[in-house]
Amino acid sequence: MGNKKQIYDRGMVVAGLVIFVIITTFPFWYNHGKASPVPEPELTDRAKAARECVEPKSVMRAKHMQLLNVWRNTVVRNGKRVYVNSKGKSFDMSLSNTCLDCHFNKAEFCDQCHNYASVKTYCWDCHIDNPKEIK
Amino acid sequence: MNVNYIFSLLSVIVLFLLAYVGVEAAGFQILFGVIIPYLAIITFIAGFIYRVLNWARSPVPFRIPSTCGQQKSLSWIKPARIDNPSTKMGVVIRMILEVLFFRSLFRNTKCQLKEGDKLSYEWEKWLWLGAIAFHWSFLTVVIRHFRFFIDPVPSCLQLLEKVDGFLQVGLPGVLFSGIVLLAAVIFLFLRRVFIPQVRYVSLASDFFPLFLIIGVAISGILMRHFTKVDVIGVKELTMGLVTFRPKIPSDVGSAFYVHLFFVSVLMAYFPFSKLLHLGGIFMSPTRNLANNSRRIRHINPWNYPVEVHTYEQYEDEFREKMVEVGLPVEKEIAPTISEEKE
Repeated sequence: MGNKKQIYDRGMVVAGLVIFVIITTFPFWYNHGKASPVPEPELTDRAKAARECVEPKSVMRAKHMQLLNVWRNTVVRNGKRVYVNSKGKSFDMSLSNTCLDCHFNKAEFCDQCHNYASVKTYCWDCHIDNPKEIK
Repeated sequence: MNVNYIFSLLSVIVLFLLAYVGVEAAGFQILFGVIIPYLAIITFIAGFIYRVLNWARSPVPFRIPSTCGQQKSLSWIKPARIDNPSTKMGVVIRMILEVLFFRSLFRNTKCQLKEGDKLSYEWEKWLWLGAIAFHWSFLTVVIRHFRFFIDPVPSCLQLLEKVDGFLQVGLPGVLFSGIVLLAAVIFLFLRRVFIPQVRYVSLASDFFPLFLIIGVAISGILMRHFTKVDVIGVKELTMGLVTFRPKIPSDVGSAFYVHLFFVSVLMAYFPFSKLLHLGGIFMSPTRNLANNSRRIRHINPWNYPVEVHTYEQYEDEFREKMVEVGLPVEKEIAPTISEEKE
């Protein structure tokens, strides 16, 4: 029908499409083609000496938040403090006394990945300045 | 059993198997992690532009806005400025309300025969509620995902995630938008299955995107809360994509590739399907035109010049014959020179 080549309301249509392209390509131009290097959390000497964490590294990497959540609930709600890992080894369920005993370098360890992936943890709402629990 | 949704469900299952087997067994990480996502985004953008320009080439000869209120007429009759807009401003406001709050869907009524043969129109807001929950939660989910595509992540995105996770259930926290998205899309699907009239008008192209989005949502929730993936590896891959230095990290679970493949298929399918109502809403003549047909003359753009024979031309041609037989003429025969002299 009619002249198929003509674009009606050209100004509005083109403006709309330009906005569409700007929005959909946002990540491509916003980063200027630069990405910060993949973070490598730094292990303290004590962590290196311990060789293995509570669970194997791959498990800790993916599931440490779930483990901490279980620990918190078990300690606070059930009063149990001993965690037996997959190899039968026992640990005290405590962020301050167990986790932070080796990983006391929050800025070089925890924050590395959390900042990279934009994960805001609320651990530090209570555990301020890495205090040791008083038994 | 309905062939339309069985067919759609089967195609989504096949897509899942393609990605899962492709990554798990065949090791096609580069195909599913780099090549297909790039092709998908190119198809999405190019296809979107192509379709919109195609629509823009269709002439809209007359004003055909849906008029949901009093038209602007005499000064002492109050017009509905938004529901029957006569100005560009009114159109813009109506458009914004339509795009953001789905006002036309809000007017949805159910037409039924009651007490035998009494026709009744009933308040029906469930479709509107499901649609608005679905679209807004989907938008939230999409914006939230920008944390994987931006580095460093701006604080507004962190705020959004904080608000989204305000329930603070579990770790990583359950995000409200994800739950609402899945619930709403399942509601929209069940609506098509259980309401006979809606099922009757539902095609495979209605069910397929619903199943695909259900697949996207489930694979995403599974990844976050159950099967777990290495988030750092995921961001390494996504940042590689947006900075044009694609990289395949070693140990990202296949659940991620399934999720990414579903999203890629959704993006590539988008411009050629009903999902393009994203662009179509802005192009719909019943919404984006001012109702000013009675004030401004709109000329049909495909009108071609018609050769007409006017009465003046007709009379010029036959004047002498008309005068001869005594027919009245507008213009008398030009007097002769001799008469002029008299």
